[in-house]
Amino acid sequence: MTFKQRLQATMPLAVLSPSLLALTIGVYGFILFTVVISFTRSKMFPTWDWVGLRQYPRLFANSRWETSVDNFLVFGSLYIGGAMILGLFMAILLDQKIRFEGVLRTIYLYPLALSFIVTGVVWQWMLNPGLGIERLMRQWGFESFEFRWITDPDMAIYCLVIAGVWQVAGFTMAMFLAGLRGINEEILKAAQIDGAPGWKIYWRIIIPALRPVFLTAFVVQAHLAIKSYDLVVALTKGGPGLATQLPSTFMYSTTFTRNQMGLGAASAVMMLLAVAAVMVPYLYSELRNERSH
Amino acid sequence: MNAVIDAGAIADTVRRRRRSHLIGRIFIYSGLLLLAAFFITPLLVMLMTSFKTMPEIRSGNLLSLPTSLNTDAWRLAWSEACISVSCEGLNGYFWNSMKIVIPAVVLSVAFGALNGYVLTKWQFPGANLVFGLMLFGCFIPFQIVLIPMAKTLGFLGIAGTTPGLVLVHFIYGISFTTLFFRNFYVSVPDDLIKSARIDGAGFWRIFTRILLPLSWPIVIVAIIWQFTNVWNDFLFGVSFAAGTDQPITVALNNLVNTSTGVKAYNVDMAGAMIAALPTILVYVVAGRYFLRGLMSGAVKG
Repeated sequence: MTFKQRLQATMPLAVLSPSLLALTIGVYGFILFTVVISFTRSKMFPTWDWVGLRQYPRLFANSRWETSVDNFLVFGSLYIGGAMILGLFMAILLDQKIRFEGVLRTIYLYPLALSFIVTGVVWQWMLNPGLGIERLMRQWGFESFEFRWITDPDMAIYCLVIAGVWQVAGFTMAMFLAGLRGINEEILKAAQIDGAPGWKIYWRIIIPALRPVFLTAFVVQAHLAIKSYDLVVALTKGGPGLATQLPSTFMYSTTFTRNQMGLGAASAVMMLLAVAAVMVPYLYSELRNERSH
Repeated sequence: MNAVIDAGAIADTVRRRRRSHLIGRIFIYSGLLLLAAFFITPLLVMLMTSFKTMPEIRSGNLLSLPTSLNTDAWRLAWSEACISVSCEGLNGYFWNSMKIVIPAVVLSVAFGALNGYVLTKWQFPGANLVFGLMLFGCFIPFQIVLIPMAKTLGFLGIAGTTPGLVLVHFIYGISFTTLFFRNFYVSVPDDLIKSARIDGAGFWRIFTRILLPLSWPIVIVAIIWQFTNVWNDFLFGVSFAAGTDQPITVALNNLVNTSTGVKAYNVDMAGAMIAALPTILVYVVAGRYFLRGLMSGAVKG
């Protein structure tokens, strides 16, 4: 083997190595680091003062964490469910051989290009108790109209859901639309010739055929929901009180403003486990299917 | 006689079908229009509010038109509004974001293309495992890396700086760009590569002469995806950038929350428009590719 050939042989790995290094350190090394921190008594700075699993019972007993998880269950289920149902509905409407499909699709999808901070700022203004939607409805003649969810501890979480679904519903729409366009025309024609009514075709044939899309949409939205942070910061700052605290805001404030790094790391590990519980089985089955093709 | 009855019955059915078809169409179009209103209203409100004066905002409502195209709020948001302690507007932070986005996008797209090439055309034992590990890297909640990343940036002496954020976005961007290019290059026939190798073409020649010329659709997808993600990032910006090195999303959040004097909603909205314009522009110019990028990031095929 000449020098040049040997160089050629090592080239692929040499090219891959910066990324491998980034992945090994920046993803898996850092995950390990955070897990280790969660086993220590770290406060403001990482220390190696080992306490085993003790941070975890402390976390589960923490009432702020409990509230964050409860809020997340409400927010997550409505956000994921809302984005999927609205997305499916939009995709079905768009798939009716309508005019201006391109324009409508553009309108439904543009929020995805925005930052969650922009979305939060705009919706905070629209939901403003004095000057927002409430004022609009009053000036339109509904004089006793009241809409103050954003300052109501019982309702503020639904403001997050509204703004979140507004931002991401276009994404699920696009996925369902691609799924609808991929369904075999022959089967649909056969059903139509048999005289099956439209809704029955959807309920019995089309929606079941979209099952893989439902799964993908669920996985994507679920991991977005767990990561949600910016939207909360911009829209409600976690308030009023603790009404819209989520695990992500708990992790940040516990670690960086309350200086309880060990506890914050434990909460980050719980978030990672939640994402992994959704993603790992999904990615595993996807990769295996790909190989068997 | 029979024929006449039949014809009448058929005409009746046709008429009934047509009427139900018409009702269906009305339902479909009104649904589509209501949804369009739901999605477009916040953008219109943001735009209209940014052109109003504060007295106009106090007397009008969200959907009342501004009386004139008053650009004071835009000027204030761009160069005079107070963000935390300094009152120099958003413009510096806007350029910060550009300084972060451009190198981060170039680096992560270049490495993503090369990784995709190696993972599909220079298969080595364990290539699929590497890909699987990268794929999971796309989806980790970034809270899990905040603490060690803060330490590492401090150790490297780039904590709180623009180069630090470029590095962070590069690290967490390559998983996605690799995914894009890998899924794209999988469909390029291996025979093409084999015959080029027999002709004596090496690693780089095959990449630059054969794959790269085919790649521009996926390059656009990767650029749009990365541009949008990096521009819109808040968590890394707020965690790892300090003071005047912060990106626009962090500055916008600070602008809105700076509580000196009366709350100027028109300036807030102009600021939000400034933060949103680059990605909206990208979306309008290359929306089709944007969609394709989202799809190939999430569902294959």
